[in-house]
Order: sequence, then structure tokens, then C-alpha cells
Amino acid sequence: MSEREHRGPKPKGFDTLALHAGQSPDPTTGARATPIYQTAAFVFPDSDHAAGLFNIERAGHVYSRLSNPTNAVLEERMSALDHGVGAIVTASGQAAMHLAVATLMGAGDHIVASRSLYGGTHNLLEYTLKRFGIETTFVDPRDTNAFAAAIRPNTKLVFGEILGNPGLEVFNVPVLSEIAHAHGLPLMVDATFTTPYLCQPIDHGADLVMHSATKFLSGHGVVIGGVLVDGGTFDWEGSGKFPTLTEPYEGFHDLVFSEEFGPQAFITRARKEGIRDFGACMAPMTAFQVLQGLETLPLRMQKHVSNTQAVVDYLAEHPLVEQITYPGLPDHPDHELAQALLPKGAGAVFSFAISGGREAGRVFIESLELFSHLANIGDAKSLVIHPASTTHHRMDRAALAAAGIGEGTVRVSIGLEDVQDLIADLKAALRKVEKR
Amino acid sequence: MKTTLRGTEVFYGTGTGQAGLNAPTVVFVHGAGFDHSVWVMPARYFARHGYRVIAPDLPAHGRTGGDPLTSIEAMADWLAELLGEQAHGPAAIVGHSMGSLVAMSLAARHAERVNKIALLGTSAPMAVGAPLLEAAADSHHAAIEMANTWSHSMAGSMGAAQIPGVSNLVSGERWLERMAPGVYHADLAACHHFSAPLSALSEQPTLIIAGGADQMTPARAGLEVAARLANVQTLVLPGCGHSMLSEQPNQVLDGLAKFILE
Repeated sequence: MSEREHRGPKPKGFDTLALHAGQSPDPTTGARATPIYQTAAFVFPDSDHAAGLFNIERAGHVYSRLSNPTNAVLEERMSALDHGVGAIVTASGQAAMHLAVATLMGAGDHIVASRSLYGGTHNLLEYTLKRFGIETTFVDPRDTNAFAAAIRPNTKLVFGEILGNPGLEVFNVPVLSEIAHAHGLPLMVDATFTTPYLCQPIDHGADLVMHSATKFLSGHGVVIGGVLVDGGTFDWEGSGKFPTLTEPYEGFHDLVFSEEFGPQAFITRARKEGIRDFGACMAPMTAFQVLQGLETLPLRMQKHVSNTQAVVDYLAEHPLVEQITYPGLPDHPDHELAQALLPKGAGAVFSFAISGGREAGRVFIESLELFSHLANIGDAKSLVIHPASTTHHRMDRAALAAAGIGEGTVRVSIGLEDVQDLIADLKAALRKVEKR
Repeated sequence: MKTTLRGTEVFYGTGTGQAGLNAPTVVFVHGAGFDHSVWVMPARYFARHGYRVIAPDLPAHGRTGGDPLTSIEAMADWLAELLGEQAHGPAAIVGHSMGSLVAMSLAARHAERVNKIALLGTSAPMAVGAPLLEAAADSHHAAIEMANTWSHSMAGSMGAAQIPGVSNLVSGERWLERMAPGVYHADLAACHHFSAPLSALSEQPTLIIAGGADQMTPARAGLEVAARLANVQTLVLPGCGHSMLSEQPNQVLDGLAKFILE
């Protein structure tokens, strides 16, 4: 190797991409903002043009379930921010998860997943997909060897959340991608908690990334949406385990996606089959609203993180707070990994236990006035929930314990309010717990 | 489609077409570091219109084995051999960037194989800057970053891809990252040292498609090639970068269809 130094051109910065990627001023009207193309279908100039669109000879839109210009702006912007070759926006984060699974596998296949997952995802993997012949083995997200041990000949995917829910275990993307790749498998990461502002999993070895766009990406809490991003990095043919991508597809005149679309094979199959046939598409109005949030993602995430750190610092000193689970704290088992993968901050969601168990937790949550008690995270407003009775209520005590959830655990998502007001609200609620 | 040439397995895309050896033929030649899959849309178009489509992976690219060929002339001779086995009669040769040089060389050295040439993102000469050549020689990722960034216009890299939901910039990078070490430098060096036989192409029906915002092979360079040919049509795509197959695939297809089908 030569000793010469080489330097490529400087890429556009994250803040610039969050504002511009995927959209240029509308060439017809001059509109600077992304227009909302609220239409079900698109007119064909002539029949040959129509045939060309259906046969993937031409680029363009046919029907808004398959693609839509407003959605395409969001898809391209998320691809740029996550360093993927392409993306598909979906009706929800759950739909994005299902789209990925349905594109990669079928009955008789198997997934290895972290056991520390959002309750809805856990339910999908543990119960619903099993009914369709897809099984999942859940393993401790910190035990990387357990992932390798759980891989079977029919395994098709390794999956986890970048920050476990609600235990906030940091998913060791570099190590787990090596393990997955060594077995000819892709690694998919749910990066909802961090957004690409705090972590770009593809740069650390992940092949697929999914988000619930309902959360920090949009930030306003007014829409339900999801995003599936293809890194374009995985060697489907080299793996030999993915006939949906490497063998002729009868549903599209024997098209072989890996042969015809190179690094875009996965995302093209997902659009040409998954979003077409299952139909869990995003509404254009929703894409527009997510885009409005995405424009300020860098600014919002900075304040989410700084507010969270201040709140965590306050709670850490409070005598009623028994334990805070936040990877930004030095005593968190994954603190070092968090510093490596999340150098801009460990997000704005954390959990803590109040002494007094379930009843203390109830009094605390019901005494908060500024925090909203609801089942969501990543809103601009601060949120609080009791996982054992809500998001994870389907799990029995053992499963709760395995996921790191105690009966008195409270999960908070810190918003963008003045941090002194958040601390005052917490202080007042803790006082009521003290006096009960 | 797989075949064997010079004892090595060769792959060429067909646009999922099934036209026989006697059908009119279109050949698509990819640029430096790429493979047949960049031609997916025009390949499928011409296949549907009854053409025999041959979009080869040049040696050491995509699914074709062997070592990279080190001169444009060697690539043209290799392609002539492939066409000798896979096509009856002359073909329309469409080349992008390095592929456009291969098309020129094929038309000059093996005129019997060619009835039209379409040169996309071309220039003659096609000098490659020392920083890019040196980074490619060292198989350094900066070579991919340079070529990929300079191959996209501002609009092409930042926004509004015609293909819904893809990032042209990231996709270009991923395509180039699939190359084996040494291939990119061989391609770029071949471009750099090629002397275009334009006088031999004077009467050849030729289409030149140039990107108005192409930083790699500026539109004026393509138009200078056109000025030296007698039987030439030109199409300049406003605002389009060098990666015209991803930035403006519809306009490229319209230009090719008009030229080849007429």
C-alpha cells in the first residue's frame, strides 16, 4: 500500500441534508416546501409510457400505494440521513418491520432478536409471525455470543433495537453485524430511539434500519408512520440464503432483483412486492408532516439530549429514586458502548424505579402535571408511562424481568420544555409520593 | 445470462428479454467500476420492444470473472468476440463514460459489429485527474468518494430522484464499493490513456447525450466530440450530472429510444 494520503470531497452535512435531501424547488410552481401530492393515481401520457412504468423501464409514479412524490421526498431524505441506497415509508413502524420480514423470508424461516424490544414488536415476533410459520429466538442483547448460538440453518435475520425498550441496553451493532455476516445474515436495527442524528447504524455495520417515524423523526406526535432503509451493503448472492432476492420472481415475470438492481435489490423487491401486496403505505399528508419535523431534527435532538441529562442529574440525587437506567450515566453497563456508538448523546428516553413499588409509581405518574401519561415516546412534549401495565402488559412477570422491567419501573421521554419546569413537575410529584 | 468466453464465465443482462440471435440487437457497455445493472431500465425497455439486449459485465466487473482489461482497445476486442457468439448482425452500441470509449473503439476496430453508437457522458480524450488515479491505484475509498461526488449534479446528489425513494449519491457509492481491488484503477487508467479514433467514426450514425451539469465529462467536451463527427445527433440534458442513468433515466431513455428505434 502506498504511503500517499488521499482525501475525498467533503460530503454535505447532516443539518443540510435534513433540510434539503430529496427535494428541489418544484419546477412547475416554484414551491419551496414539499407539496402534498394528495392523489391516488397518476395519469399516463400514453400506453407505451404506462407499460414502461409497470415494467420498470421508466422512473415515476403509478399509484400512491406503490409510490407518491411527497412520500418519495421523505424516503430519499431518510436514505441520505441514514446512508442507505433507498427507503420506503410505511403506515407505521410496525408496518416497516413487517415489510422487512416479509421481503426476506417466509414460512419455515427464523429470526434471532434481542429480547429487549418494544412490546408491539415483541408481540409480532413472538406470537403473530409464528402463526405464519416464522419463529423467533429471543436472546439477551448484551450477550453477543447468544446471538451466534441461536442462529439456525433457517435463520434469515438478526434484529435488535439500538436502545432496548425499556431497558436501554445498547445494541452492539459492530460486533453483532460481524456475527450476522459471518453466518451469511443481514443485521437490522430499529433506530427509533436515536434517529440518524444520534446514530447511523449502517455506518457501524447494520444492513437494514427501521424507524417509527411517529417518534423523534417527526417530533410533533401528530402522525403514525414508519421508515425502512436499505443500506445496500449486504451481499445477498454471496449469502445464498435469500431466494426472494436472488432467484426469479414469478410475481414479476421472473425478475431477479439482485441481478437487475445491484445494491438496490432489497428495497426494490420491498417496493415491487411488499408495499404493493401488503399495502401498508404512508399517506402523503403524513409524509409531509414527518418532513416538517425532520427539518428541525438536529436542533430538537440536541435539546432532547441536554434536557434529559439535566433531568437525569436531578433524579440521581433524589432519595426516592432507586435506580436510573440511562446509558448516558457512567454506572450503566453499556455506558462505554454508548459513548462509542452514540457520541452526541444516549437519547431522551430513560427509566427509573421509585421506592414503594407499583403504588408509588401510580401516585407519581398521576401527580405529574406537565408530563403527559400516554403510550408514546419522542414527542416534543415530555411523556411518562408505566410499562408493566401498558406497553408490556402482555408479558408475564418472568418475561418482564428478562426485559429488565420491574413492577415499579417508570419510563419517561424527555421533551423540549424549559428544563427547570420539567424538574419542578418531577419534584412536585415525588413530594406527593413522599407524603402518601 | 451466463456464457463462457476465453475460458472465463461471462455474464450479460438481457432486460429479462428472450429475443433470439436474429433479432435487432442493442448492446449496453457500463462505465468504470460499474456493471450491467446500471442499464436496468433501458435494457428492459428495448427487451420489451423486441430487441435482443446484451448488457455485459466487462471482465472483473459484476458477475464476469477474470482480470480487468487494461486498455479500451482490449475491452473493444473482447466485446467483439462476445458479440460474435451472442448476436447475429450489427448492433446498436450504447456506452456510458468508459463504455462510450469502448463503443468508439469497437466501431473503429470492428465496424461490422456496429450499426449505430450512442455515447453517454463522453469526452475524447477522457483524461483522469492525478488525485483520482492515485487514490484508485491505492484502492483507497477516497477514489470512490471523488468519482461519485463529481458524477452527481447538485440536484442529482441532493434531491428529487426520478426513481422514487432512492438516494442516487449513496447508491453510486455502494455500486463502486462492490469492485475488487485494482479494477477501478485499471478502468480509469484505460480511459486516461485512450486515444479516440474519431476520424474512423465520421460517418457512423452517432448520438451523443451530455449532462448539462456533468463535472466529469462536461457537456462541452461531448459537444466537441460531436463537432468532429459527420452523422451525429446531440442531446444535452439540462441540470444533469455524469450519472445520467440514475439522475435523468427517463430523458436518457427517450433519447435512446428515438435514436435506436427510428
